[in-house]
Amino acid sequence: MSETKPATKNALEVRDLNFFYGKFQGLRNVTMDIAERKVTAFIGPSGCGKSTLLRTLNRMYSLYPGQRAEGEINFYGQNILDPKQDLNLLRARIGMVFQKPTPFPMTIYDNIAFGVRLYEDLSRTEMDERVEWALTKAALWTEVKDKLGQNGLSLSGGQQQRLCIARSVAVKPSVLLLDEPTSALDPISTGKVEELVHELKADYTIAIVTHNMQQAARCSDYTAYMYLGELVEFGETEQIFFKPKQTATEDYITGRFG
Amino acid sequence: MEMNQQLYTKRRITSMLGLAFSMSAMAIGLAVLLWILYVLFSNGLSALDGNLLTQDTPAPGTEGGGLRNAIVGSLMIVGLTVLVSTPVGILAGIYLTEYGDESKTAELTRFVTDIMLSAPSIVLGLFVYAIAVATVGNFSGYAGSLALSLIAVPVIMRTTENMLRLVPGSLREAAFALGAPRWKVSTFITLRAAKSGVMTGLLLAVARISGETAPLLFTALNNQFFSTNMGAPMANLPVVIFQFAMSPYENWVRLAWAGALLITLTVLALNILARVFFRDKAGS
Repeated sequence: MSETKPATKNALEVRDLNFFYGKFQGLRNVTMDIAERKVTAFIGPSGCGKSTLLRTLNRMYSLYPGQRAEGEINFYGQNILDPKQDLNLLRARIGMVFQKPTPFPMTIYDNIAFGVRLYEDLSRTEMDERVEWALTKAALWTEVKDKLGQNGLSLSGGQQQRLCIARSVAVKPSVLLLDEPTSALDPISTGKVEELVHELKADYTIAIVTHNMQQAARCSDYTAYMYLGELVEFGETEQIFFKPKQTATEDYITGRFG
Repeated sequence: MEMNQQLYTKRRITSMLGLAFSMSAMAIGLAVLLWILYVLFSNGLSALDGNLLTQDTPAPGTEGGGLRNAIVGSLMIVGLTVLVSTPVGILAGIYLTEYGDESKTAELTRFVTDIMLSAPSIVLGLFVYAIAVATVGNFSGYAGSLALSLIAVPVIMRTTENMLRLVPGSLREAAFALGAPRWKVSTFITLRAAKSGVMTGLLLAVARISGETAPLLFTALNNQFFSTNMGAPMANLPVVIFQFAMSPYENWVRLAWAGALLITLTVLALNILARVFFRDKAGS
């Protein structure tokens, strides 16, 4: 059981990644692989850098001057930290769902269609099909199929979050980054989102940040434990939870620390 | 317990004093407003008849007359101002929040806008007189619109900026995360989310400029006759009020009151409309 090299193909390979918020260093020498069509979970106490790591994978940090990353992140062989990287194209291929649901101020239908229209020119029927497909993928279709013309903000919190997932899925990215996608949701909605993650991994590479240890154990194939900006331990989820090599990892997952 | 009782009484007195002060402040403000409205209505109502909208401002010494030319002139000057300043103000507001943010250019723009916001309108009028009236050789409706735009643009710009700032960053990030370019995020997502707030700013700007007199005195001047030629002097309500109210003719003074009432009602309506827009936003 290798620590950083799962046997399958890698979608993303992070090499010696250092991250800075101005002078503060948020990540230190992180090296890890994110396997294709698997779920990789990032766990660790608040401020450990797991969200920061996620936000480097689609260059979200580039929106903010003063934040910078050093090292390499290879996305199917292409270094996305390269200054010449087209960020819009990158983000169309590496989607992201956030902690709080963020439906756009438009109809449910347009919430899905907005992202699709950016890079594809679909006919009305093709778009209708895509919207239905995405909403079905996100287990929301049956609940909203009769009110696609309603404002996305009129949905409940759990539905809004699934709408956001549908929106990300609709553009058919190859990687989905989920940043604590269930922390604002009730247990039933959380369950639905977790099932969804399980189904989506057939087609997508998924990286999920979570504060919920059980969630990581339930729905991930690989788990990374991070602390103070460093990757403490990374391996198959079963190994991390049952036979952690580092005592720090064991202390965290057994609740003695955190 | 005795201590607590004392403390409680003290707090009650402070609270009552505070309430009394704020109530009287409100009463004074409201009384002045009602007084203004009362004077306006009692003087202006008698002149509000059919002739107001069908006849033009009367020549000295003639009877009757209306405000048709001034109303049309005002609508055209204000209308053109809105057409020009809305895109400029909104785009500049978008620049300040979405593009410039903390850059030197944005800081400078904000500083200049703040000066423009507090600049006396007579100064702006004089400036436009110097660049668009003195050089051309005649007063015009266009010059009037230009002067009013100098007042409206900063108002629209700063409200747009403030409203866009209220849009949570997470909404922008969500749009960027789909691969949307910045101009699409700004127009389709951020501006859309702030739509009602921006509309409110727009209405308040219109309310603000519809009563401005000083900038029009130097620019659109006045015209006793009906004219829709914006390249020439144009009648408009504020300047007509200014000239007629101080005239010796009784029918002129009555028309001035009617014009004042008309402007006040318009501004009141715009303010109420702005409130309704903003309430809708809070509701959604």
